[in-house]
Amino acid sequence: MLTERPTEDKAQEKSGADWLIETLDELGVEFVFGYPGGAVLPIYDALFRQERIRHILVRQEGGAVHAAEGYARSTGRPGVVLVTSGPGATNAVTGITDAWLDSIPLVILTGQVPTSLIGTDAFQECDTVGITRHCSKHNYLVRHPAEVAATIREAFHLATSGRPGPVVVDLPKNVQVASAPADTVPDRIAHRGYRPAGAPASADIDSAIEMLAAATRPVFYTGGGIINAGPEASRLLRELAALTGAPVTSTLMGLGAFPASSPQWLGMLGMHGTYEANMAMNRADLIVCIGARFDDRVTGRLDAFSPGSMKIHIDVDRSSINKNVRVDLPIVADAGQALAALIETWRARGKTAGNLSHWWTMIEGWRAKKSLSYPASRAEIMPQAAIRRLWEMTRERHPIISTEVGQHQMWAAQHFDFEDPNKWLTSGGLGTMGYGLPAAIGAQLGDPEALVIDIAGEASIQMNIQEMATAVQYRLPVKVFILNNEYMGMVRQWQELTYASRYSESYSAALPDFVRLAEAYGWKGIRIERPEDLDAGIGEMLDYAGPVMVDCRVAKLANCFPMIPSGAAHTEMILQANEVSGEMDDEAKALV
Amino acid sequence: MHLPPEAAERHTLSVIVDNEAGILARVAGLFSSRGYNIESLTVADVSGDSALSRITIVTSGSPHVIEQIIAQLERLVPVHKVTDLTAYGPHVERELALVKVAGTGEHRIEAMRLADIYRARVLDATTGSFVFEITGSSDKLDTFIALMREVGLVEVARTGVVAIARGKDAV
Repeated sequence: MLTERPTEDKAQEKSGADWLIETLDELGVEFVFGYPGGAVLPIYDALFRQERIRHILVRQEGGAVHAAEGYARSTGRPGVVLVTSGPGATNAVTGITDAWLDSIPLVILTGQVPTSLIGTDAFQECDTVGITRHCSKHNYLVRHPAEVAATIREAFHLATSGRPGPVVVDLPKNVQVASAPADTVPDRIAHRGYRPAGAPASADIDSAIEMLAAATRPVFYTGGGIINAGPEASRLLRELAALTGAPVTSTLMGLGAFPASSPQWLGMLGMHGTYEANMAMNRADLIVCIGARFDDRVTGRLDAFSPGSMKIHIDVDRSSINKNVRVDLPIVADAGQALAALIETWRARGKTAGNLSHWWTMIEGWRAKKSLSYPASRAEIMPQAAIRRLWEMTRERHPIISTEVGQHQMWAAQHFDFEDPNKWLTSGGLGTMGYGLPAAIGAQLGDPEALVIDIAGEASIQMNIQEMATAVQYRLPVKVFILNNEYMGMVRQWQELTYASRYSESYSAALPDFVRLAEAYGWKGIRIERPEDLDAGIGEMLDYAGPVMVDCRVAKLANCFPMIPSGAAHTEMILQANEVSGEMDDEAKALV
Repeated sequence: MHLPPEAAERHTLSVIVDNEAGILARVAGLFSSRGYNIESLTVADVSGDSALSRITIVTSGSPHVIEQIIAQLERLVPVHKVTDLTAYGPHVERELALVKVAGTGEHRIEAMRLADIYRARVLDATTGSFVFEITGSSDKLDTFIALMREVGLVEVARTGVVAIARGKDAV
C-alpha cells in the first residue's frame, strides 16, 4: 500500500510535460512551432491546459523548424520547435541542419518512445539523438522527469550563447507522463567544459588597431556573426567603418549589418557578389573579417584568394579560424565585444582615418563596371528589374525579406538593398529550398506589423507550399513573390555554363496555376505577365491586408551575374553571359 | 581527373570529457563526419566519481588538419580540454596486447623464448598454447606480433594507445 505524501509536497510534484511547459514559460517563450503526434501527446495536453505559450500548428515538421528559424533570425530570440518521434523528428532534420550551418538559435523538442521501448524498433521510433548528433550544437535524451527543467534551461543557454545553433532535446513519452517532486529537480545541468568566447584579448585588439591604422587598402569583410551578436554589433560596425573610412563588404548571411545606402558599402562578395567587392578583397592589403567564415562561396579558388593581404579574423568559434584560409591575427571573441574594443582602442590611441583616397579611386574604377547591370527587355519582365521595383515600392516600410534558394535568392541579395539587420532571412549554408515561406510565417509572428515578403522561385515554393494553410489559420498577411521562369533556374544556369546547355531535369513541368492555388488556400492570387503591369501588380499585393501569392512571370533564360565560376579566382569574374564557354573540365565539374 | 595524395603526420591527442551518454559516439562521429583519421582510440573514466573520462586518440593528418581536429573537438559541449601530446613535448605512450599462440615442439619453445626477450608475461598456458600479455610502444607490439606469426599466432587483442606527458604537471 502506498503511503500518502504530505499535501504540500504533492502540490510541488509535476509531470515531465508540466515541468517542460513551466520551464519554457519561465524562459519567456512566446511561440512553439510544432505538429502533434503519439509520442508528444502528454506535452500537447500540458499546452492545452495553459494560455501563455502559443502553439503554431504547421502543416509539416520541416515547416516548423524553418518558421522557428525565421522567428529567431528576425527577432534575435531563440525559436522553439515541438515534434513527435520518428517521422516528426526526421522531417525536422533538414531544418536542424539548416540552423546548424547558419548558426541560428533553436531548441527542438522531440517526442520519443517510452524508455522501456527504446531500441526495440517500436512504432515511430528512430534514434533521434544519433541522427541529430552531428547537425546540432548539442543534444540530449532526457531519462527522468526531474531532469527536464534543468536540461531545457541548459539547452536554451547553449542555443543562444557563443556561436548560436540548434539544440535537440529528446523526451521519451514516459518521462513526459511520470512526475518528479520539486525538491528533486536540479536548477541546471552544467557542462563545465562549455565556455563560450566573450571579450577579446586586449593585446590582440592593440595589434588589430595598429594594422588597421597602417593599412592603405583595408576592407571589412563581415558576416552573419554580426547579426547574431545583436543590433548593437551592427551599430558598432557602422561606427568603426566611419572612424576608419574603410570599405565594407558582407557575406550573404551578413546583409543588413551595414547599410546598403552607405557610400562605403561595396555590396555582397563571393560567387555572385559585386565586381568591386571581389576586386577589393583581391587587392586589399588588410582584410578584417568579422563573424564570417571564409566559406567556399566567398573565397573562390583558395590559392588565389586575396594573395597580398594581411588578415585579421574575429570569430566567436575558434574552429572557424584557419579552417579554409590562414590568417595573421586570429581573435576569438564575440563580434559585438570585439567591435566595441576596436572602437575604444582606436579612439584611446588617437588614431584617425588614414588617407585612403588612392584605394577609393581604385574601388570607384571597379564600381564603374556596374557589375549588377543586366540586359534590359521591353517584352519580358527581367527578374532583376522585378526585385528592384519590389525594393523601390517597399523600402519605406523596411520589409523583412525571406527567400527560397536559387537564382531568385541571389538576385534578391544583389538587387534588394538592406539598411538594417534582422530583415534578411535566407538559407545560406545549407541552401534549403522551401525555407522562405515558413521563415516568413515565423517572422510575421515575431512582428505582426511588419511587411514580410518571401521572394521565391516557382520550384522552391513547392517544397513547403503546404504552409500556406498555416498563414491562413493564424491570419498572417505574408506575401510570396514568385519569380516564375519555369526552371530550377540556378540548376539550369549551371547546366548552361558547365554542361553545354544540356538541361537535364531542370524544367519545372506541370506547374500549378499559382493564382488558383492561392485562392484555394484562401489567399489572394495575382499574376503579373508584362513589364508594364509590374508596378500595378506589386501595388495590389501591398494593398491587400491578407496573405498574397504573386506569380510574376519573368524572362525564362535570364542568368544570375556577375559570377565567379567554381574553381576560379576573384579576378576571374564573369560579368555577362557572352563571356561564358559551354563546357568545363572535370576539375571544375567536381566543385560544387 | 586524379585526386592528389595528402601528406600526414601522426599525433596523439588527450581529450578530457564529461562522462555522459553518447560522448564516445560524439567524438568518434566527429572524426568520421569530417573525414579525419582514427588510428586508435581508448576511453575510460579517470575521475573516480564517473564524472570525467580521458580519451586518447591517435590520429594522422597535415598540421592544418590536426589544428582543425583540436578546434572541432573543443567545440563539442562536453569536451573540457584537448591536448596535442605530440606537440606538447616529451610524453610516454603505451599499449597493451593479449597475444594467443598455439603450437608444439620447436615453435612452442621459440614462442616462449621470444616472449622472454620481449618481456611478455604468460597469462594462460595449455600444453598446446599460450596467451601472452605484452605492454610497450605500438612499434614494439607490432614487432612482437609479427614474430608470433611465424610460431603459431592464433589471435590478438590490443587496447590502443594511452599516453601521458612526462614531468610533474598535468596537461
